[in-house]
Amino acid sequence: MAFELSGKTYETDEEGYLADLSEWNREVADYMATEDDCDLSDNHWEVINFLREYYEEYQIAPAVRVLTKAIGKKLGKDKGNSKYLYELFPYGPAKQACKYAGLPKPTGCV
Amino acid sequence: MSETKKFMYINRRPPYGTVYPLEGLEVVLIGAAFEQDVCMAFISDGVFQLKQGQDTIESGMKNFSPTYRALGDYEVTRIYVERESLEERGLTEADLMPLTWEDEDDDWAEKPSIQIVSRTQLSDLLEEQDVVFNF
Repeated sequence: MAFELSGKTYETDEEGYLADLSEWNREVADYMATEDDCDLSDNHWEVINFLREYYEEYQIAPAVRVLTKAIGKKLGKDKGNSKYLYELFPYGPAKQACKYAGLPKPTGCV
Repeated sequence: MSETKKFMYINRRPPYGTVYPLEGLEVVLIGAAFEQDVCMAFISDGVFQLKQGQDTIESGMKNFSPTYRALGDYEVTRIYVERESLEERGLTEADLMPLTWEDEDDDWAEKPSIQIVSRTQLSDLLEEQDVVFNF
């Protein structure tokens, strides 16, 4: 699969995850979110940026449990809980946020 | 959930050349979600998986060694490395990546995950396990 944006073609897998994470940019994230009827707020971006940093450091997309705990540690307990993260990303915080962040689907995520 | 079982994942192969080490690591990360009592053991050429400063550029393979540092986040906090295997390969603990975990009950204190154990200690640990995976 693929989509076109500002004259450039982006390859994705069958579930819409970006094939080459080095091609990622903010416009890609906004486009993917719009396709899901989701408007990216600063709160969404906080999580997306966090995921990109995590991937940069560990070369994996964290499981949702790990993400929740790490967000709590970095951004505070009011954000490090499933309720908050599922409100932002109703399709599953790890799964949906990783997609917008241009990362592969988290390991072990079905 | 049913009662917790003791799981040990044994890694005995060098990091690149076969897909076992990477697949094995992924199994550990996936398995960690089931909240079992998980530990890992590195023996034989498997000790090379934890070596510092891995560089895979020439081989064209993904350097997945940074992922071992995420194990602490997945609550895998006991990583046993066999002393004899290190010695036979001219390695010491200082050649290994420092792996740590943060203890939530101790104000997030950073604690080392790697424990160097003798062959005898490792075989005692093996005896205690309910489930052993080999990669």
